[in-house]
Amino acid sequence: MTKNVTSKELMGGDDDPPLYAPQKKIYPQRVSGTFRRIKWGLMALCLGVYYLLPLVRWNRGLGAPDQAVLIDFQSQRFYFFFIELWPQEFYYFTGLLILAAFTLFLMNALGGRIWCGYLCPQTVWTDLFYAVEHWSEGDRRARIKANAGPLTANRLARRALKQAIWLIIAWWTGGAWVLYFSDAPTLVKDLATFQAPAIAYIWIGILTASTYLLAGHAREQVCLYMCPWPRIQAALTDEWALNVTYKYDRGEPRCSVKKGRAQRALGETAGDCVDCNQCVAVCPTGIDIRNGAQLGCIQCGLCIDACDNVMKRIGRPTRLIGYDNDINVQRRTSGKTELFKPVRSRTVVYAALIATVCAVMLHALLTRSLLDLNVLHDRNPVAVKLSAGAIRNGYTLRFLNKRGFDRVIAVDVDGPANAQIHIVGVDSVTPDRPMIVLARDATTELRVLVTAPVDEKEEKTQPVKFRITDIGLGEVASATDHFVTP
Amino acid sequence: MSQHNDTDHISGRSTTGHEWDGIKELNTPLPRWWVLTFYATIIWAFGYWLVYPAWPLVSGYTVGVLHTTNRAAVTANLAEFEALRGEKMKALGTASLADIENDPALLALARARGKTVFGDNCAPCHGSGAAGAKGYPNLNDDDWLWGGTLDQILQTIQFGARSGNAKAHEGQMLAFGKDGVLKSDEIVTVANYVRSLSGLSTRKGYDAAKGEKIFADNCVACHGEGGKGNQELGAANLTDKIWLYGSDEATLIEAISNGRAGVMPAWEGRLDPVTIKALAVYVHALGGGK
Repeated sequence: MTKNVTSKELMGGDDDPPLYAPQKKIYPQRVSGTFRRIKWGLMALCLGVYYLLPLVRWNRGLGAPDQAVLIDFQSQRFYFFFIELWPQEFYYFTGLLILAAFTLFLMNALGGRIWCGYLCPQTVWTDLFYAVEHWSEGDRRARIKANAGPLTANRLARRALKQAIWLIIAWWTGGAWVLYFSDAPTLVKDLATFQAPAIAYIWIGILTASTYLLAGHAREQVCLYMCPWPRIQAALTDEWALNVTYKYDRGEPRCSVKKGRAQRALGETAGDCVDCNQCVAVCPTGIDIRNGAQLGCIQCGLCIDACDNVMKRIGRPTRLIGYDNDINVQRRTSGKTELFKPVRSRTVVYAALIATVCAVMLHALLTRSLLDLNVLHDRNPVAVKLSAGAIRNGYTLRFLNKRGFDRVIAVDVDGPANAQIHIVGVDSVTPDRPMIVLARDATTELRVLVTAPVDEKEEKTQPVKFRITDIGLGEVASATDHFVTP
Repeated sequence: MSQHNDTDHISGRSTTGHEWDGIKELNTPLPRWWVLTFYATIIWAFGYWLVYPAWPLVSGYTVGVLHTTNRAAVTANLAEFEALRGEKMKALGTASLADIENDPALLALARARGKTVFGDNCAPCHGSGAAGAKGYPNLNDDDWLWGGTLDQILQTIQFGARSGNAKAHEGQMLAFGKDGVLKSDEIVTVANYVRSLSGLSTRKGYDAAKGEKIFADNCVACHGEGGKGNQELGAANLTDKIWLYGSDEATLIEAISNGRAGVMPAWEGRLDPVTIKALAVYVHALGGGK
């Protein structure tokens, strides 16, 4: 019998994994620099768009909503500035998703996880929540010290203030969310006077809770354990993509400032990294970038700023950590010049796909008809023989008027010879060419009967074409079906 | 937790003992919140099990403390739906038949209501699309035994024909052969004459004048001069292209010999007045209504 050797015995240390690992609290340090400024700018832009967009007005004429961006579930319409989409046009949304995916791939091929570092809502809101934490509880050292020490009244007050501000932001986030689904000014008023529908309060509650929990408490855990993108991204990236990289060819071996100067004075090589750990201190996911590209790195670039600040202070060139790739690290090591290739087959293909999807969507959008007609043939019975011997077919016609005003249309039929058309429930002044009024921004479904004196010995089916003409605008739409003889 | 004597020498961590293509899985603990969430879902499952129906038993199932059933939920939803529909149905009840046809919203409502009720009550005889069958009129065409105006259709649905209802349509095709009124050769002759009325071919050597005479003596009373029919009596129009039982000679001979007396049930009392109204509008809107 072999002896069971535990890992503890093997390693001579405490390595027996516990059932679970408590979350390691991360205290990111405040940092200033280029990438921090970019992040502030993008945060202001993203949050500004999110919070203010529902308040933007867009005049669509009488009776139509004047909100620029509105998802109207009740009347099943989606408004986006000059575009008004009907439920059956939801494929535009599919197009947008495809576009978003390709854009993500292109960003990834060019600059790694730009999405994660700068644009992902989790990053943006976590960054905002960290800013609140900095402001109320102080910077990294103050927070570590305070958390290790006793709970004083001052500290309690600061923590309470932080939680309060977090909750206000979270609540505001949920509040902005529901404004996309109803007329914003009305809803704000209704919410304030407790007149709004329960669903609005429920969604504000859900968004408040999720924002508070994810951005305030889960933070980097979302990126490490919940988000699938780091895993997918690893399969999509290639060796040319620029990633936040520690240039170990320049940084190693690490040595102190003093020792480094002495070495260089003697003409010997010395690494630029002084092992100050600033890159680790500022990292919002608590990783050490010097261990190479890793799942936990969201590539926000804050370690670049932290390292640059140190390099400037000790008089060494900046960008010991910077956007770079392993190819260049290897090229420099073997004495070659750096090489960046943003134009590669991969990026060209992604860009071409993006352009194609954009073109297709734009074409579909510009050529979409605002007057439409669908036709459905009666199935039971398919055809009816009338007392005089003529044959009649019944159809259900669905008229779509996507314009914001009522309009009068004439219905014509091109089909069997001497075909006559009758619309059930419509007594038109022009019996051979019925006229109906289509309500604005609505569908109208009518039963239409076509009668023709057809000899039963003739062909069993003939094509029939329904043509509708807007009397005022001259817009025409048509739909074809069959005229069946029993 | 079981121990594996296998350790990854690079990270210094123990492994789970699982290996794929030379890659070993590190025994990495999960975050605490993840494990707690997992436990919470287990507790939730127990709660769910107690509250809702869960376990199938030999006869029946555990009902749960809430006694929730899908059937009860459906019944409640249907009751809610009926209450919701009540308002609109009331409008249907107060409007006149002509008003309903002229109001697109009411027409759509009546047609939708009529279609479902038709499927439940009328389809067995008239077919789900009201195309009829032999002996059961096609309600899509423009030929009507008892009249095709809105009011006439309503009247027929309400009281039926030969249904036993006091207000039902009455009148029948007599059995000229069985009752000994006409002889066989006369029946054949008049059958051919009837076929000629709607332009159908006639038997070789048939005496048209004799047929006309027999028709004038026996049939005109109900079917009218020239066989145009009479909707008061439910007498069919014999000059058109529509035949309830068929137009071939044998079918006509059978009808003349044995008579016809199809029954349409009265729906008053079995369906509520608003539903009958919706049904009348639906049938009228099928396209054959006058």
